[in-house]
Amino acid sequence: MTAVSDTMDDTPKPEEGIRLTEQQLRARRARSIAIALALGAFVVVIFLVTLVRLGSNVLTRPM
Amino acid sequence: MSVTLTRIEPSIAGVGDYVALMKPRVMSLVVFTALVGLLIAPGHVHPVIALTALLCIAVGAGAAGALNMWYDADIDARMARTAGRPIPQGRVTPGEAAGFGMTLAVFATVTLGLLVNVIAAALLAFTIAFYVVVYTMWLKRSTPQNIVIGGAAGALPPVIGWAAATGSVSIEPILLFLIIFFWTPPHFWALSLYRTEDYARAGIPMLPVVAGEAATRRHIVLYTLILAPLGVVPWLLGYAGALYGIAAVVTGAAMIALALRLHGEGSRQDSRHGACRQMFAFSILYLFLLFAVLLVDRMSGGLAALAAGRFPI
Repeated sequence: MTAVSDTMDDTPKPEEGIRLTEQQLRARRARSIAIALALGAFVVVIFLVTLVRLGSNVLTRPM
Repeated sequence: MSVTLTRIEPSIAGVGDYVALMKPRVMSLVVFTALVGLLIAPGHVHPVIALTALLCIAVGAGAAGALNMWYDADIDARMARTAGRPIPQGRVTPGEAAGFGMTLAVFATVTLGLLVNVIAAALLAFTIAFYVVVYTMWLKRSTPQNIVIGGAAGALPPVIGWAAATGSVSIEPILLFLIIFFWTPPHFWALSLYRTEDYARAGIPMLPVVAGEAATRRHIVLYTLILAPLGVVPWLLGYAGALYGIAAVVTGAAMIALALRLHGEGSRQDSRHGACRQMFAFSILYLFLLFAVLLVDRMSGGLAALAAGRFPI
């Protein structure tokens, strides 16, 4: 292995890996916002249903 | 399929593609019929609970749609009506659609069970499983009775809505189930009559492909003759008032008239399937009207009670 790597150029290549195109970046951003909104809505639903289910009992608890 | 399966490029799927995976037009009818089931149920449901139940049912329906598109990507690509869907277009991979669908299905079912009630959640889970496993994976590709039996999945939403409100199931939602169940075959067979080549190319054994046009037209008449009287039954049993009764009789008669016209059209050589298209379009209006009038009929009676009583939690 060392013999092989010795023969190769060891200077690091800064631009390796997948680079997203402008379109892919835009699509990913849109998807991320949609997921954030969906999760936010989920939190709001849980919160509201908790209030509705507990009602005034939210104040009643063992001291 | 192999092209989309092996895509390693980062996704370019937009939010719209994922919305399309949830079959928004099917979802709208599901939400509407579930809403009717929920609102005509006895007792009062808190609006927040009702909205939560509807949201879960909508997401559950979307999950079923996404899982259907995952499994059917190969035949969707071969049919003109469905070739533009996100997976055949290569914008979403089958795996992404499957993950999306499974995630939504689990979230919708668990949320409905925890926030509303377990009976409704069990019915929703059964509906999704029935649509994906029994209809999509098994019946759709193997028998011309596919949409007859598979129609049970589309007929369940009013029962889920009722269960969300009451925690139980009774004869009224079962009647609504039966109405949609017997509505589905004439509705889809009318469509399949003018899409026969599409279905044949995709290898789906729809009735006109397997049994021919004449048999399909006879079946449409037969099912419509069951459907129209069934539509009137909620009034006959006293579950709905005269307004609903009149609407059910008139629209039911129109359905039968259209079915008979469609049957007569089959014997003419120059048939352009005009009656089939009319039957398909009117069948959607028929179901919508039937449920809308039922809702108005029941709500007008219930508003007075609501005004008189305290708003219960």
